[in-house]
Formats: sequence, structure tokens, C-alpha cells
Amino acid sequence: MNLRTPTGGAVDRNTVLHFTFNGTEYTGHPGDTLASALLAHGVHEIGSSVKLGRPRGIVAAGSEDPTSLVQVEAPFSEPMLLATTVELYDGLVARGLAGQGRLSAEPDPARYDAKHEHCDVLVVGAGPAGLVAALTAARAGARVVLVDEQNQAGGALLGVDEYLDDRPSAEWVADVVAELRSTPGVLVLERTTAFGMYQDGFVLALQKRTDHLGFAAPASAARQRVWRIRTRQTVLATGAHERPVVFADNDRPGIMLASSARTFLHRYGVLPGSRAVVFTTNDSAYCAAIDLAESGVDVALVVDARPEAPARLATECAARGIEVRAGQVVTGTDGPGRITAAHVGDERIACDALLVSGGWNPVVSLFSQARGKLRYDAELGAFVPGEELSSVRVAGSATGELDLTACARQGRDAGAGAARAAGFTAGGQVPLPASDSRCTARSGLVLWRVPGSDDTSFVDLQRDSTVADVLRATGAGLRSLEHIKRYTTIGTAHDQGKTSGMIAAGIVAEALGVELAEQRPTTFRPPYTSVSFAALAGRDRGELHDPVRVTSIHPWHVEHGALFEDVGQWKRPWYYPRPGEDLHTAVLRECKATREGVGMMDGSTLGKIDVQGRDAGAFLDMLYTNMMSTLKVGRIRYGVMCGVDGMVIDDGTVIRVGEQRYLVTTTTGNAAKVLDWMEEWLQTEWPHLDVHCTSVTEHWATIPLVGPRSRDVLAAVAPDLDVSNEAFEFMTWRDTEVAGVPARVCRISFSGELAYEINVTAWHGITVWEALMAAGERYGITPYGTETMHVLRAEKGYPIIGQETDATVTPQDLGMSWAVSKKKRDFIGKRSFARAENNRTDRKQLVGLLPADPSVLLPEGSQIVETDRLPEPPVRMLGHVTSSYPSAALGRTFALALVRSGHERIGETLYVPVDDSLVPVTVTESVLYDKEGARRDG
Amino acid sequence: MQLIPCPWCGPREEAEFHYGGQAHVAYPEDPSALTDEEWARYVFFRENPSGPFAERWSHNAGCRRWFNAVRDTRTHDLLAVYRVGEPMPEVTA
Ligand SMILES: [Zn+2]
Repeated sequence: MNLRTPTGGAVDRNTVLHFTFNGTEYTGHPGDTLASALLAHGVHEIGSSVKLGRPRGIVAAGSEDPTSLVQVEAPFSEPMLLATTVELYDGLVARGLAGQGRLSAEPDPARYDAKHEHCDVLVVGAGPAGLVAALTAARAGARVVLVDEQNQAGGALLGVDEYLDDRPSAEWVADVVAELRSTPGVLVLERTTAFGMYQDGFVLALQKRTDHLGFAAPASAARQRVWRIRTRQTVLATGAHERPVVFADNDRPGIMLASSARTFLHRYGVLPGSRAVVFTTNDSAYCAAIDLAESGVDVALVVDARPEAPARLATECAARGIEVRAGQVVTGTDGPGRITAAHVGDERIACDALLVSGGWNPVVSLFSQARGKLRYDAELGAFVPGEELSSVRVAGSATGELDLTACARQGRDAGAGAARAAGFTAGGQVPLPASDSRCTARSGLVLWRVPGSDDTSFVDLQRDSTVADVLRATGAGLRSLEHIKRYTTIGTAHDQGKTSGMIAAGIVAEALGVELAEQRPTTFRPPYTSVSFAALAGRDRGELHDPVRVTSIHPWHVEHGALFEDVGQWKRPWYYPRPGEDLHTAVLRECKATREGVGMMDGSTLGKIDVQGRDAGAFLDMLYTNMMSTLKVGRIRYGVMCGVDGMVIDDGTVIRVGEQRYLVTTTTGNAAKVLDWMEEWLQTEWPHLDVHCTSVTEHWATIPLVGPRSRDVLAAVAPDLDVSNEAFEFMTWRDTEVAGVPARVCRISFSGELAYEINVTAWHGITVWEALMAAGERYGITPYGTETMHVLRAEKGYPIIGQETDATVTPQDLGMSWAVSKKKRDFIGKRSFARAENNRTDRKQLVGLLPADPSVLLPEGSQIVETDRLPEPPVRMLGHVTSSYPSAALGRTFALALVRSGHERIGETLYVPVDDSLVPVTVTESVLYDKEGARRDG
Repeated sequence: MQLIPCPWCGPREEAEFHYGGQAHVAYPEDPSALTDEEWARYVFFRENPSGPFAERWSHNAGCRRWFNAVRDTRTHDLLAVYRVGEPMPEVTA
């Protein structure tokens, strides 16, 4: 069947595009949408409904369409697109959906991006009102952004063949757009949908840049772009959507909104069928009847629900042989799938298209998102903007005004008002175009539904929600539209109820016997139309999802086969497997080599903060639980930091660099948090203190050199340094040269072994690392990663903040009372240590656990119970396993755990549920290796 | 996205800021002199009004300065911003 008109429409009939739909090949033309190209072949049925499996067609011509959901299969699989908004291209492959699409299993190769834009006046919608608003504001000198979801400006004018100022309306549109484009500071964006409006003039808009090019889309161009627009003033010229009337079997393919049929005719040169019935409550559908009749459609009947048909339009119909019946309604339809007849009175009128108009709904979504209040307009039967906002104006049919010249006037007023509010007053008046339109939609009858079979009277065609569902909701006692929306799911599909929401509200009001004016409309939320996650993610995908931080020594780790662990944004070497090794065997080897010979690791990620100033010591005394002001220059102290609640938030070493200068280290993941913590206290509580904090984490490459042979290795590369235990004591630091590079060497240990932490500027990190590797070769020096570090420290019972602790663990719980000063008058957290809660004897405390079977590895996070048999629930949990490893040094597995009254339970046997068994474990002190600390000095 | 007027930088997007809870809750002069209840009030208890609320904000991804703001918790509108140490200005919600 060929339903393409011989002439007319904005399609290029000289070029033929080939496409495939539901496995059948078709042709279309540039300028078509998938929907118009299918309609040209008489294809109305797109898919089927989500619950009932009833055939679904094309109801509207634009983004308000509730039914024409397709999955585009080629060039790239993309679900849940509307046939009415997919622009046709050669090679397109698509199929209709039953309400649900399928995400592609392949990664999307397209690029998406985002752009920031700032303007004085944003105009949303390039119909007559929006165009006049934009032109007025532009002539006033404002920076204007005009966005429109269609591929060309014109709005409602695209769907009619009317004249403005005695010439085709397209010419008027083209002139306005040309002037806008040539005005400096004006940006006109087609295929761009403002989908979200937020506070302070922030608007998000999605631009589809290359979707319409299909296979010809250049790979180098971003397919879609999210515009992040910040505007002083906004003019919403978002138009109005025609709404249907609900009646029995109103969901058949072939039943279409009257204005959409007119749009298919005038914009695409496509007829909705060969024999049509028009069902209307207002004047506007008469134009569809007349235009279609003039284009060769047999318009069998216009059914006007009003008691009397408008005389002039009825005469025009009569002149074209179209019968008009006033005071009647369509009560049902026939058809196997697509409509074959409409029921009017006792008659069945044969037709293959039924064109419906139930009036117009202003598009108030963005206005409502901008927190504008809505008001029910009883004459229109719709919610309209109910107040003026200081920076958001509404113009055109979005206000409920449906006369073209009046819409344009509103646009001019809004454009001028917005420009003035933004400080621009230049420019002359834009002349208003005069229209020759025969039809307006005012003086309509508000009719939500025709009584009939409630079960097949569809309110939301996409959700398969019927009048019966609405009545079930009100019958169940629901009164608020929000609740009924959730109960019936009306308005929750891809279209967000653009054509169904108002009708649902009307039916509810009727059922409850209340006035719509008293009903609160459901909240409009972004996005206005569907936005893909890929577009929202933009460039922030894969490697660019989050910044990746690597140390200056990173290339060496990569070259030497390290596997990496993410710690915050850092990539840290996890372990360095040799051929055939897994994590377990590699870590046992790294641990053994370090405890028996020498190992080293890249500790550069350790947070480092330079704290300077006259009051630096006093400040650190308040921040740490122990005393820092008494630390001598040249010495190092371990410190614990607590919140005001007395719970541990971080730990690390404090180095006294000078009289008024300290360098503090933090755990890798807490570096930024600790600096913020310091700044917060300095700025908000103690602004009188002379202290300055600077992050120097990335300035330094830090290399812990660990193990009994570390002294020999250091001596080989630091000839100026007396490395003897007497000259270079534990917890002191020296400035010297390592491998010919200025270095600060600290004698600290996170493993219990003799160890040195070598700090050089990051620039020299890799040089020094390689020099240490070379010097240590004869001792079997072994690079190790974070996993080995964790095992070595756990064997010594050193907690890791965030692993052994959550926000409920005190220094005392960790067995670190020794790090809590008794001398200081106050420090952050001190007062909380005296709270009753902090002194309970049944607090969870850090202990070691040794499984009775030395080969059993307890899963981290396991619960701990008291009995060897699980009692009836609730089972009393004593705590949980925080760390668990096999140990080369201990020759067995071990764990650290937080256990209720743990310090008193040393020696007890407790049980850990693992799978279906209870594993017996012995509670020990947290220090399991070298309790005497004999290895520290080598 | 809301604009927050940093008293040092001017209006910036809210993503640059970090929330710091109720303002004007001073660290007690001598915590050891407080009863458990008084201390618990300082540590754990904060106001939660419906309407104007004086809060601390930090321009974390900007000048990194802390400042105070009065925000209407019903609308998120910022009624006033002022620097640390300055008294809370009179506002009309
Ligand atoms: Zn700032």
C-alpha cells in the first residue's frame, strides 16, 4: 500500500533510503522518521503491549507518543526509542517492542560528551512563541540560547500548511532562524531537548548530534551531548500536546491523534489511511478532516461530541462531502488488530484510521520542575502555569493560549521581559506574524472518556492501564493523584504520561466527585524525555570514570608484572607474581624474603601533610591523642587521631622537621580527609593559631626498605650515613644522600623488622628504587606489594584504619592506651574516653585468633560466637574477623578480630561459623610475631 | 544544580562545596568540666529546624575556606552567607 502523497511535505522524494522493520525491507526518504516511513507503506502496527499483548501502533507524531517503541538493531543496538523520533537513515534496522527493550551486550562505541553554556536568556522551544521570544531577546542584546527537540525550528507550524503574513510559514521561520544565527552571542540548537530544569537557572539539555546520520555518523564526533546551561532568565515556549478521548478499544493501531495525522500529512507527505473517521471535542480536528479530504483521504465522518458543530467549519466540511454529526461520540471500535470500524450510535462506520482530539494539554513539565505552581483551567481541561516566577516566563500554547498571533505576542512579551530582567533593553519590537488558520482549539468540550467497557478503555496505552484500573484505585480508597499514579502505574512509562496523565486526573476527579481545581497534579520530574545513561556519563567512562593516581615508580611496577589494587584513586602494587604463582604463593614468598633477607615496597601513596607555624606543636597536640609538641627535632612519633566522639579516625607518624615544622603522614585513603579535618579545626575553632597545612603527598617518593639486611643495602647506597643502630636510632630521621640524591631516611617499621623509609623527591623516585634493587640484589631483595605489607603488619598486630576499625573503635579498644596522653589537659576525643559507654568492659576489642586447624583460613568478616553449636536465633554475636591471612613466619593461618571483652578472653576458645561448620579458634593477644620486639634493631 | 555564594569567591556550583552541619556550635572551653550529658549534647545533638538554619559550609573544591550560611531547609534557598567569626545576620524566610 502506498500512502505517500505525490507532492508536499519536507521529505526528499528524489532520494530513496532503505531500511528494515520487523524483518521486512522498506523504503523511505530523507526527512522521514521511522514512523512516517512505515505509515507511508500502510504499516501502523509497531509492537504489542507490555502486559496484555495487544497490538500497539502510532498515536502521535512526536515525543509524546505513548506506543511506538522500537529497538534499533543497526548500526548499534539501542532499546526503547520512539519510531516517531527516530530520523530515518539508510540501512536502519529496527523492530517493534512489547513494552520492554534489551540493552546491548556490546560496549557502545560512540562517544558522548558534555558542554557548559552560559547565557542571559534561554528559550526552550522554537515554535512561533519561542522564535519571537528569542528574536526579541537577541535584538535587545542578550546572549540567547534557543533549544528545540525537533530537527528544524517551527514547532507546531511544521505540522500545518498555513500561511504567515501571506507566505508559507516555513519562510517566516527560516527568516527568524537566519537572523538569530547571524546575531553574535546567539546559539540555536536543534535536536536538543531541555529535559531538566533545576535551581538558579540551571537547565540540562540533550542534543542528538549524529543519531540521524546512522552508519554515516563520523566516529570522531560525539553522538550525543549534554548541554549544562546556566541562564539568568528562561522563556518556556514548550507548546501543547493534543490529548485523546478514552473509549472502548481505543488502543487499536490506526487510532491516532488528529493533529498528528495532520503533521504526518504536511511534514512527511503521508496519509494515515484511506478511509478516516474523525472524533473531536473541539475545532482543531476539523482542519485535519479538511486537509486529509483535500489530499484524497475518504473522510467518512466527523463525530463532534459537542451539542452543536461550529457552523463555519461544518459548512467547509459539507463542501468537501464530509458528514458531520454533532452531539455524538465514538463508543468503540472493531478490528482484528488495526481498526476496521468505529462505533457511532448504533452504526459501525468502516474506516482504517480514526483521528481523535480531546483538546490540548500545555507542556508544563519544565515550569513545574522550576517549582512553578500549576492551576487547573476548566475551559481547557488542563493544568496551566498558575503563577509568575522571577526568572522563568512561559509563552505560547504552554500557557493554554492556542491562537497563533496571541502566542507570538506572548513570546514577544516574554522575550522582552526576560531580556530586561537580565539587563538588556536595546532593540525594536519584533513584528507579530498574522495567521490564516481556520481552526483553534478553544471553545472545546472537556471530555475524558466515553462510558463503555472499562476493561478495554485504555488510559495509559503503554502501561496497559485502563479506566477499570483507575476505578479500582479510587474504589480502594485512594484519593491523591500521586497514590493513584503509583497504584495504576499510569504515567510511569517512557512518555511519563504526556497524553494520559491529564485524562487520568479527570477520570479520578469524576469518580471521586471532586473538582479538578482541588486536585494537586502529580509532580513532574526530570527527565522530560528519555536520556541514555551513556549520555549522562559522557566522557566519564572507563579509565576516565575517576582520576587514576599512580606513583612516580609506577612504570617499574608495570614492567615487573605487578598486579594492582585500587586504594582510593591510587593504583598500588598488590603483589608481584612470578610465573606460576598465585596470590597465596607469591605473598608467602614476599613475606619470607622480607622477614629473612630484605624487601621493599612503594609507599609513595602514604598521605603526607606539611604542618608549619608558631603554633604547629600546640595544634598537633590537640589533634593527636599523644603529645607532639615535646617531640625533639630529628625524632619521629607514632600518633592516633580521634573524632570528638573518641573514635579512631586515622593514624600515622609525625616527624619533627624543625622547631616550627612537622611532617605528618596519614593512611593512603585518608590523606584528603585528614587535611580537611585539620583545616576545619584551624578555620572554624582556632583561627588564632598560626598554623599552615600543605599536602605534600605527591612531592615525595617513599620507599620502605625492610628486613634484617636492609641496613646493608642502605649502607651501600648512602655512603655518608652512619647506619649503625647507635648512630641512627629507631624513630629518628636523617637527611643524607641515597644513590646520589638528597634523601630523608626515617627509621620506622610497619612490619616489626629493622626497616628504613627512604623519602626522595618524586622526580628521583624511580632512580632510587632501581639503585636499591641493584644494591640489594646480592641479598635477594624482593619487591612486595600491599598484600604482603598487610600480612607483615597483621603478624605484629598493627591495625589498619578502616579495616580493623570502623567508626566505633577507640584507641583503647585497639590496645593502644600507650598512645593516649595522660598529661595533656585536652585533645580531640579526650572527654569522650570518660563516657560510661567508652568504659564498658564488654566493648569490642582487638585480639588475635588462631584457628585450631592451622590450615583453616577464616573468611574476613566472619562472625564470632561463644558456643560450639549454634543456639536458636537470635544468636549472640561476639564480634567479627577483621583480617585473616596464611603466615609464612608463623607457619599457619591467623586472624585479627574485634571481640566483645576480647582483652579478657585471651586463651579462650571461641567459634567462627564458616559455611556449615563452626571453626574453633583460640583468642590471643593481637601481636603474634616477635612479641619482644627483638627484630626491630636488626 | 544550586549556586552557592561563597563569601570569598562568589557564586559557585554546589558540587564544589562540602556540608559541615550546624553553625555556631563552639568546641567547649573546658570539656573536662562538662557532665556526660553536656558533653553528649555537644557531640551528638544538633538542631533540625524546618525553616532558616545557620550552617557551616566549606568551599572544598574552590578556595577551601569554611564559611557560614543561613539556609531555608524547606526550599534550600540560601538566605545569607557570612564569614567565620561574624554573627549570624538577620534573615527573612
Ligand atoms: Zn570560595
